Amino acid sequence: MSSDVSDPFDQFRGTASYIVSDELRHAVNVAVALARPLLVRGEPGTGKTLLAENLASALHLPLTRWHVKSTTKARDGLYVYDTVARLHDSRFGDAGDVRDIARYIKLGPLGEALSAPSRVVLLIDEIDKADLEFPNDLLHELDVMRFRIDETGREIAAAERPIVVITSNNEKELPDAFLRRCVFHYIQFPNRELMAEIVRVHHPDITDRVLDNALEVFFGLRATPRLRKKPSTSELIDWICALKKAGVDLSRVSGGIPFLGTLLKTEQDVEQVSKRAKA
Amino acid sequence: MLIDFLFELRARKLPVSTHEWMALMEAMALGLHESSLDGFYQLCRTLCVKDIALYDAYDEAFLAYFKDVHVDALRLTEQLMEWLADPRALGALTEEQRKALQALDLEKLRELFEQRLKEQKGRHDGGNRWIGTGGTSPFGTGGKNPNAMRAGGGGGRSAMQVADERRFREYRRDVVLDVRQIDVALRGLRRLGREGALDELDLDETIDKTCKNAGEIEVVFRPPRRNRVKVLLLMDVGGSMDPHAELMSRLFTAASRTGRFAKFRSYYFHNCIYNAVYEDAQFRKGVPVADLLAHSDRDEKLVLVGDALMHPAELLDPGGASFMYTQNRASGHEWLRRLAAHFRSAAWLNPEPERFWSGTTIEVIASVFAMWPLTLDGLSHAVRYLVRGGERPRVGDPARWMKAMLS
Repeated sequence: MSSDVSDPFDQFRGTASYIVSDELRHAVNVAVALARPLLVRGEPGTGKTLLAENLASALHLPLTRWHVKSTTKARDGLYVYDTVARLHDSRFGDAGDVRDIARYIKLGPLGEALSAPSRVVLLIDEIDKADLEFPNDLLHELDVMRFRIDETGREIAAAERPIVVITSNNEKELPDAFLRRCVFHYIQFPNRELMAEIVRVHHPDITDRVLDNALEVFFGLRATPRLRKKPSTSELIDWICALKKAGVDLSRVSGGIPFLGTLLKTEQDVEQVSKRAKA
Repeated sequence: MLIDFLFELRARKLPVSTHEWMALMEAMALGLHESSLDGFYQLCRTLCVKDIALYDAYDEAFLAYFKDVHVDALRLTEQLMEWLADPRALGALTEEQRKALQALDLEKLRELFEQRLKEQKGRHDGGNRWIGTGGTSPFGTGGKNPNAMRAGGGGGRSAMQVADERRFREYRRDVVLDVRQIDVALRGLRRLGREGALDELDLDETIDKTCKNAGEIEVVFRPPRRNRVKVLLLMDVGGSMDPHAELMSRLFTAASRTGRFAKFRSYYFHNCIYNAVYEDAQFRKGVPVADLLAHSDRDEKLVLVGDALMHPAELLDPGGASFMYTQNRASGHEWLRRLAAHFRSAAWLNPEPERFWSGTTIEVIASVFAMWPLTLDGLSHAVRYLVRGGERPRVGDPARWMKAMLS
């Protein structure tokens, strides 16, 4: 399905709507070439999740997502045996053959990725949300890219190794054994030039002057010491959107930043910024 | 030859395994380093360093191995970078001022920079000569001199320059932390047990009961698992602790989050603990320490936070309390020992950087309580110690120090 999977390197160069830094592009290509999972960390709002989506669209591969929550178990990613449905069917007997266990096996996202007929991109989002042991429980499956459904004895093996992108918010330490198998990249917060490029992708009609003013304010805010939560890329884009809709010209505004609420999300931060503005 | 680099990395406590090194070799055989030092810098970091906190150490190793940069010299400039990290606001420049600033060529500038660096003795903000923030001096950060040389901040693109910038220093684990990081570290402080209302479905037991009932469904509930750890937090406030007030409030915010511990109490003290601690930071509502001990279970975790810095007499003399409301008959040292004896596990977190500990009262207090610096590393060690016990860190030689003090 994809055109140039045989070429081992430099398949990914970003897409029209997603700008990557050279470092990130390099890390992605190393992960693809070595067929190892790519672990991406970084501040919230630096586009970790978007990376997988855009990688899939750049390589023309389908994307399977697995959003991890605090209650997620590693096994759920492979498959779930719906015993309650089977029990229900056996008691009230209105739906087919209950002896066929396979009907009650539902593949999870990892299971789906491994049983896909061709190569897919698998996104394991926010892996650190789950229990500490969660990544360890996945080690074997991610290594060999196959598993067995115990209840039916069916063996599922990947036709082609999926490209695995794992994101993490740095909330928990990940186990060493897991880290050893990954290619690691930390997404740095974009510098001014890269940020200008990113904003242009989302607001193609923005003028240089407006963009310049907005970036000036934005990076000024981020440089404010002791902020609890620094504004991120997605917040900048929302803010510019709000400015445009309201028709506010930043260079003419005096006394405070308009729509500050789209950039700063805690009271203390707003206070801190207005205190410094007065000084 | 690269094997030496592996050992260089490992010597700097980067946990690079054979597994990862083999992957690097494989990647290089595939030509993924693009046959350049820059490419290698990227590739090796991507494959061998899995933690942003270790990037700085990696940069150091890279510099040491690939260039004769004296790493100690980099450490010396750390303090300089600290001043520069927090630029003071600055006024706009008038046209005359701009003209008055002489244009210097790069060579000259660098020379001057080194010379000034040698002469300068402290932080400096605003003004036109010294290295600092704001101002019109040709050196520093956040300044207005159009020809200025920037110290600290972005720039450079090649691997050497990137490594030399050491952009990842702020992610190091030995620096102080924010609420979220404290939160994460405190998650380790738990011992789970089931208690409370029956509001969680016990699936195994339900299936068991149902089978015994020959298929008639019987649903079994159980109490959810809760953290059973109880924490008593004692915080030093005022005086020498003022610079750390922000950090203390972060720690308090994270620790006092509801539902985190089975029981959480906090009190304040000033300088050292004598016969009373206080419910409020203004020291109005006193609670005698004797009462506090009577109402505390021995298995509560005692956490003290303070700089442990005071005049030796305040710690060691009976009646040495500097705090006017207090007339202590036993010395502060004695009171601390009583606290330490009551609780099975206790830890002291010190916001004062570790390099200032030796030869002060900190050494004495660290011999009473297991003490760690209030950093991400220190906090996780303390949490591990509180839950599992283990060895206490050794700090200086308090016996010798006390002898010298008392003689």
